[in-house]
Amino acid sequence: MINSPYIRKPASVQSVMLQVLLALVPGIVAYVWFFGAGILVQLAIASAAALAGEAAMLAIRGKPKALFLTDLSAIVTAWLIALTFPPIAPWWLTVTGTLLAVVIVKQLYGGLGQNPFNPAMAAFCLMIVAYPALMSQWPAAGQLDFKTQLDLIFGGARQVDAITGATPLDALRTALRSAASPESELHGLRASQLMDGPAFGALGGTGGEWVALGYLLGGLWLIQRRIITWHIPAAFCGALFVTAGLLWGLRPEGFASPLFHLASGGAMLGAFFILTDPVSGATTARGKLLFAAGAAVLTYVIRVFGAYPDGIAFATLLMNILVPIIDMKTQAPVFGHKKD
Amino acid sequence: MLRKLFKFHGGVKPQTNKERSTTAPIAPVPLPDRLVIPLHQSVGGHPRPLVQPGDRVFKGQRIGAADGNLSSAVHASTSGIVRDVLPAVMPHTSGLTTLSVVIEPDGEDRWGELERINVRAATPDELRDYLRDAGVVGLGGAVFPSHLKLKPGKEGRLDTLVINGAECEPFITCDDMLMRERAADMLKGISAMRHMLQAREVLIGIEDNKPEALAAVQAAITASGEQGIEALSIPTRYPAGGAKQLIRVLTGIEVPHGRRSTDFGVQCFNVGTAYSIHDALEHGRPLLSRVVTVAGNVDTPRNYDVLIGTPMDHVVRLAGAHPDTDRYIMGGPMMGVRMPAFDVPVVKATNCILVGSPALFPPPPPEMPCIRCGECAKACPADLAPFEMYWFSRAKNFGKTQEYHLFDCIECGCCSFVCPSHIPLVDYFRFSKSEIWAREREKEAADTARERFEFKNLRQEREKQEKAEKLAAKAAATREKVAGEAAPPGATPTAAKPTGGDAKRALIEAAMEKARQQKAQIAPKNTDASTPGVQAEMAAIDARRAALEQPTEPPPPAGQA
Ligand code: SF4
Ligand code: SF4
Repeated sequence: MINSPYIRKPASVQSVMLQVLLALVPGIVAYVWFFGAGILVQLAIASAAALAGEAAMLAIRGKPKALFLTDLSAIVTAWLIALTFPPIAPWWLTVTGTLLAVVIVKQLYGGLGQNPFNPAMAAFCLMIVAYPALMSQWPAAGQLDFKTQLDLIFGGARQVDAITGATPLDALRTALRSAASPESELHGLRASQLMDGPAFGALGGTGGEWVALGYLLGGLWLIQRRIITWHIPAAFCGALFVTAGLLWGLRPEGFASPLFHLASGGAMLGAFFILTDPVSGATTARGKLLFAAGAAVLTYVIRVFGAYPDGIAFATLLMNILVPIIDMKTQAPVFGHKKD
Repeated sequence: MLRKLFKFHGGVKPQTNKERSTTAPIAPVPLPDRLVIPLHQSVGGHPRPLVQPGDRVFKGQRIGAADGNLSSAVHASTSGIVRDVLPAVMPHTSGLTTLSVVIEPDGEDRWGELERINVRAATPDELRDYLRDAGVVGLGGAVFPSHLKLKPGKEGRLDTLVINGAECEPFITCDDMLMRERAADMLKGISAMRHMLQAREVLIGIEDNKPEALAAVQAAITASGEQGIEALSIPTRYPAGGAKQLIRVLTGIEVPHGRRSTDFGVQCFNVGTAYSIHDALEHGRPLLSRVVTVAGNVDTPRNYDVLIGTPMDHVVRLAGAHPDTDRYIMGGPMMGVRMPAFDVPVVKATNCILVGSPALFPPPPPEMPCIRCGECAKACPADLAPFEMYWFSRAKNFGKTQEYHLFDCIECGCCSFVCPSHIPLVDYFRFSKSEIWAREREKEAADTARERFEFKNLRQEREKQEKAEKLAAKAAATREKVAGEAAPPGATPTAAKPTGGDAKRALIEAAMEKARQQKAQIAPKNTDASTPGVQAEMAAIDARRAALEQPTEPPPPAGQA
């Protein structure tokens, strides 16, 4: 029996997910441009693994496969994994991460809409704990040709340590730490001076800042399409800027500038695509602000004082835990009960 | 003067589909063979039938008398013979029946004697009684008896009288056409209401997709020369025609759930209601017909002036329903209710007969899990978090649904409309509400039963005690007598050692017994006589009863009164 309303807006989970994927395209284009086509291979590997894992789990759980495989939610998770993992990660690392995300973090928690944790970020955290070395090898822009990338992805010799360095975030942190010690030859240099090398661009890492710009563009488009609201990106960027700005303002020789933090690592991806995952994120307007601001501060702390290349993943998971309480405490007053 | 309009949160913009039914004027409908007039057509008590099978009735004759003040009378829409007074299927999805009067029209459409009222001389109470007996109810869909709303609040006067010409539901254009064609009479009705309510100003809200209606109303206002009445164009956004939403848009006031708008100095009436009030007060004509939009899966969508009781298919035939028609919906596509049959009667609540087909209103795509995207919350005009209520409704955690203000939901359907997972959210909320009501009723019934049982126990105990006291008294009296008799020498053997001292003791005992008895009589025959255990029980009952006295009240008419 069908009850009112008898009409519906032409909206679907599939179209929402499709738009998220489209919004990632500018960032991916920049990624390919600066870092080579290897990332496309990673995207394909992750997508295939996600679909396979999802299909298997749906079969086991007796859920309609056609309906849920075409909702594209697994592909979004897969792409986020591919885009946050190193582009030269061996194929099995990407596959394992994706399967963990889809099978355990998503499907075992009840499938679409039920996972308390962001699947891609949970996978990232698990893999970086399990394979810290492999998860920390980032080639610089233009450093590796496509063939080398393919060799690295599909087995072959992994003398990557020789050819790849750390991320600009990592590099700067290391440099800043040694600059702090009097024995170091870098002693006394400021962050801006340390960022003189070829690995650094105008704001963040060479190439990386353009990828970030691509994500920013896609994210703004998502806001314009009303797929996401401004709250999470604004609060995340705002809080990251303020936190970084505060420390940088106090001791510019010890900390990177707020713009560097915004343009580096997964900041833009996190602000527009990861923290905005509706399932595992906060839902109320005030809740979103708190959630994203909390994630930004945690990200900063992990980046600057932690040992991992980036802090977004851990920050996201930590804030995911707080979502139920944030949502509960930030319910907006209902009609007729406002105090305006 | 430009007036500041306010915004309400949420809302949606479905395709309006209003153009086609506004191209031709309101048309009359030929008399049907049979009118089925349900006696219960408004919020409130079921009117009593005043006619019997075989009776002759005239047009306008009262056939159902209002049952108390919260009720509204019902009339014969045309002259003819009463064929039956029986339960007939009512225009409601449930398919339940309701006591109805079946009239076979005689074709003469002859008016009976009309009760007139002198509007200038009558007191407000007389006017209200008159409107109750004229069967005037809110025609926006909520069918709340109008006379009950024509009372100013505590201060004796109203600040703003809001007139609802928003008509936000897609397809429906009956108010639009009424305003275009009958603006002057409608305005007279508004003036009468304004007078009864002592309203400082009148604001008529019309969605900006009805420029013709707005112009007609504005012209009528200018022509009348009345001050303090303003017709305002408001942005087209569903549900701007919800009474609370319209009040918010025009005055900025948000009337909370469960509160009367008059407490905030505002009252809201539908434009059709205003017209009916004029018809009743000016011409003495009770509410016999209303403008009904026929739209949807038909050749020529149009508005008709339909007699109450006309079978819906009789009207739809005029508009030419397409062969694939599979249902009639009373109301619009957002809040309308599916009819159980094609021949259910048009009633006072019927603003639109929306003719449906699988092609026009296809079943929704398969339901997916909620992805917490928040679209529903963005669209909710009551500022609720529908997905949270959905979650708890599914889990049958009704307490939690109420914590998330389930009863503030006006069932507008915006949340279901936008949900990308195609979850029929409103259905879940209707389900939860009815479940909660059912549980309240059950609890109430159980409590009443328990109270009755406990009271019975108490009474029995008291009776036992009284009996015992009586017995004791009797025994004492006997002893007294015996003592008295025993006083002389040679007493009965039962009285051992009948001495003077014994006799005295018996006398004292008898006196004490009498005092005790008197005390027992003075003591109120309830708690004083009971044990502490029973007292505690009764305190508990009182507490429960006190709690029951503020039950979750059913939502007030959510529609466009
Ligand atoms: S619109 Fe639907 S999917 Fe989105 S939060 Fe509401 S119920 Fe969930
Ligand atoms: S039906 Fe209820 S919950 Fe849904 S949008 Fe309307 S008021 Fe909000």
